[in-house]
Amino acid sequence: MSDDAATTDESVAPEESNEAVPELHGCLVGSSLGQTVVFPSREQYVDLVKALADDGYLMCVDLAGVDYLEFMDRPLPASVDAQRFEVAVNLLDTVGCRRIRLRVQVPESDAVLPSLFDLHPGTEAMEREAFDMFGIEFSDHPDLTRILMPEDWVGHPLRKDYDVGRIPVQFKEANS
Amino acid sequence: MSADTENTTDYQRFVAATDEGGQQLRPRSELTATEVLREVGAVLRMSEAEVAKLGDLPDDPDEDQTMIINMGPQHPSTHGVLRLMLELQGETVLRCKPIIGYLHTGMEKTGEQLTFAQGGTNVTRMDYLSPLANELVFSMATEKLLGIDGEIPDRAVWIRMLLAELNRMSSHLLFMATNGMDLGAVSMMIYGWREREEVLRFFQEVTGLRMNHNYIRPGGLAADLPAGWRDGVMRILDLLPDRLDEYDILMTGQPIWRQRLQGVGVITPNEAMALGATGPILRSTGVEWDLRRGEPYLHYDKMDFDVIVGSYGDAFDRYAIRLAEIRESMKIVRQILEQLPSGNYRIQDKKVTPPPRARIDESMEALIHHFKIFTEGFKVPEGEVYLGIESPRGEIGCYIASDGSANPYRMHMRDPSFVNIQCLPHMMRGGLVADAVAVISSVDPVLGGVDR
Amino acid sequence: MGLVSKGRLPAPLTKLFNMSRSYSLWVYQWGLACCAIEMGAAFGSPRYDVMRLGVIPLPASPRQADFVCVSGTVTDKMAPAVKRLWEQMPEPKYAISMGSCANCGGPYWDSYSVTKGVDQIIPIDVYVPGCPPRPEALLEGIVLLQQRIKNEDMAAKWRGEEFTTLQRTRALEEAANRGAQDDASKPIVVGGGPIE
Repeated sequence: MSDDAATTDESVAPEESNEAVPELHGCLVGSSLGQTVVFPSREQYVDLVKALADDGYLMCVDLAGVDYLEFMDRPLPASVDAQRFEVAVNLLDTVGCRRIRLRVQVPESDAVLPSLFDLHPGTEAMEREAFDMFGIEFSDHPDLTRILMPEDWVGHPLRKDYDVGRIPVQFKEANS
Repeated sequence: MSADTENTTDYQRFVAATDEGGQQLRPRSELTATEVLREVGAVLRMSEAEVAKLGDLPDDPDEDQTMIINMGPQHPSTHGVLRLMLELQGETVLRCKPIIGYLHTGMEKTGEQLTFAQGGTNVTRMDYLSPLANELVFSMATEKLLGIDGEIPDRAVWIRMLLAELNRMSSHLLFMATNGMDLGAVSMMIYGWREREEVLRFFQEVTGLRMNHNYIRPGGLAADLPAGWRDGVMRILDLLPDRLDEYDILMTGQPIWRQRLQGVGVITPNEAMALGATGPILRSTGVEWDLRRGEPYLHYDKMDFDVIVGSYGDAFDRYAIRLAEIRESMKIVRQILEQLPSGNYRIQDKKVTPPPRARIDESMEALIHHFKIFTEGFKVPEGEVYLGIESPRGEIGCYIASDGSANPYRMHMRDPSFVNIQCLPHMMRGGLVADAVAVISSVDPVLGGVDR
Repeated sequence: MGLVSKGRLPAPLTKLFNMSRSYSLWVYQWGLACCAIEMGAAFGSPRYDVMRLGVIPLPASPRQADFVCVSGTVTDKMAPAVKRLWEQMPEPKYAISMGSCANCGGPYWDSYSVTKGVDQIIPIDVYVPGCPPRPEALLEGIVLLQQRIKNEDMAAKWRGEEFTTLQRTRALEEAANRGAQDDASKPIVVGGGPIE
C-alpha cells in the first residue's frame, strides 16, 4: 500500500516538481489518478469549456459543487489559489472516448460562476442542484431556483457548516 | 493554442467550401442553447408560487387559452414522486417543468458521515432498481482512490460483471412491466413482475436480499457465490428467451402498441447530447455510446455483445432497445458462466479486507483487526476521482473527494435519471397530454436516483 | 344505519359489517421510494397476489380507497402532499406504514430533509418494519390490519372516538353494569386485539 500512496501523491500534483507546466487552452493541466484535470480560473472557465467543445468534448456529463471548508490545504498546483468552494465539471468526448475534468475555484465571498447553460443546456439541473446545495450562484442561468429542497427552505444543506441532521422538522403542519 | 486555431480555420474552410448545413458545421462553441435545442422554450420556468397565483381566469376568454395543470407528485404513472407542471392548450402540451426533490433524502450528506466501508449501504439505496450498479461504481471509485483497482481478484471482477448484467435484466424487466402498465397492457405488467421475481430469487440466494444488497464492496465482494448458484442462473437463462418472445408477440409487433409509441417523444441526437442524456435515450437516437464498449471497465472488453441503437429516437425505440438489451445481457451472462475463474472473492489486503471469520475465533489480533475495520474503517489517500459505468439507465458516475480520512470528504453521484429527466419537456412539447404518460414511462426515471 | 348513527349497534351486525369491510379493502398505493418496488411486487406481481386476501390495489384516487400503504421515505417536501391525500380519503380509513423510513426515518434518521416517521402526519394502524420489507412482510401487515378491522367497534368510530376493539367496549359495558368505574379505565387489549 505504501507504493500506492506514493504514486497517488505524485499523480495528484505532478506540477510541483517539473519545470514545464502543461497547459491546455491557457489553463493549468494536472492529473488525478490518471484522469486529466484542468484548473481554469473563473474568467477562463466558459471560454475553456467552449474551446473543449470544439475539441470534441460535446457532452457535459456532470457538474458538482464541493465545499472545502474543512480541507483548505488540499493538494492543488502551486499557482491555483485554494478557495472554499469548488465546482467540478466532467466533460466527455463520445467519439474519442476521452474524459476531462475541470476544477474551478469559487471564493466564498463572491460565490458566483458563469452558467454553462447556453453551451450545454443539460447543465441546467446540475447547476440548480449546486445552487440549492451549496449556494453557488450561476450568472445567466435561466431559472436559478431550488431544485431538491422546498422553495422556502433556509440554508444550503451540503455546506460543511450545515448540521447533518437531528434538526427540528421544518414541516410545520405536523400533528396540527 | 496554435493547434486550436488551426482546427478552427479548418472548420471554417470546410464550412465555406460546402454550401449546405452551414449551421450544423459551425463549431460547437458558437452554437447556443436556442440553436442546439429545437425547443428551448419547452421548459416551463416558473416557480410553484407563481403558478399558484395563476388560478384566476382572465376576464376575456380569448386572452389566455392555456392552462397549467399539475401532475403528481403522487400520480400512478409518474414512477414514484415525480411532479410535472404541464402547460396545456387544449389537449396539446406546450411547456412542462419537472419538479423533483420529493424524495430528497440527503444521501450525499449522509455519505460524508459514513466510512468508505459503510458507504455501500448508503449508495445502494439511490437508484433502487439497479442497486448493484450503484455499489459497483462506488466501490470502483474507492478502489481507484486506494490504488488497488488493478489488484481486485479476477473472480470478484467476473462476479461483479455477472451481477451487473443480471441487474440490468431485472431493471429492464421492471421497465417492461411499468411501461406496459402505463400504456394499458396490464397483462404485461404481471408478466414483467413475474420474470423479475426470477432474477430476484437468484439475487436473494447470492446476497441474502431482494434489493439494496450491499454485496459489492470496496475490495471485492461481501461473500462468494453460494453452492448451486449456477443452477439459479441457468434457470433464468432457460426461462427468459421464451418469455421475451412472448413479449414480442404481445407488444412489439402489435399495431396498437406501435401506434401508442411510434413517433411519440422524439428527441434528436444533438438534443440528447446537449442535454447530457445517456443510456437508452441517447442510443435510441442512433448515437452508439455505451460505456461498456466506449470505455470498457471490468472485463467488458473481452465480451462479445452488441450495442443496440435506435434510429428515430422515439418511445418505441427506447422500448425496443431495452428489450434487446435484456437479450444482450443474457448473451454476456452466458459468456461469464463459461469463463468464470476460481480464486478469491475479495482482495487479500490487510488494510481493506477483514480477516476471515474462522480466524477471529483463534486469534486476538484478527479480532482487533476485524473490530478496527468495522468501527473506524480504512483510511483512503487524499485525492479526487470520477468514475462512470453503464447502469441500466445510462451513465452512473461517482465523484469522490477524499481528505485522507476514513470518510469521503465529498461523495457525489451522477445519476442518469437526474439528467435524463431534463429531456421530458423537450420530448413532450407539441404532443398530446395522453402521450405524456408514454414519454415519462419511456425515459424510465427512478426517483430515488433523481433526488438522492 | 340509524342504529349506527345513534352510536349503538348490535354486536352480530357489527361483526358482519366488519367482516365485509375487512375482505374488500381498496388500497391506495403511496409508493414513495424503494419500498414502492416491494409494494409493487406484493400488489402487482403474480407470485404474491394480494387479491387473494381480498385487497384490491386499483383505486384511481384516494377518494375511493379504504386504506393506504405509505411505502418509503417521507420527506419534508412530500409531507404536505401526504397529509393532503390522507385528508382526501373518506372515513373509515386506515394506514399501513411500510418500511423503516416511513416508520421512523430509518437509515435517514440523521438526514436534514426526511420526516422522522409518517405517524407525525397521519395516524398509522400497522407498522411493517424492514428496509425494504419483503412482500410477505407487507402481506402479514395487511392480515394484521384485517384482524384489527374485524375487531373494531364501529359505533365508537362513528362517534368519532379513538380506535376501540369490540372486546374493550364489552368490558367497559360489563364494568359499567357492575358499577366498577376503575376497571373500565384499564385498557383491555393493547394494539389491534388478539390474533385469531
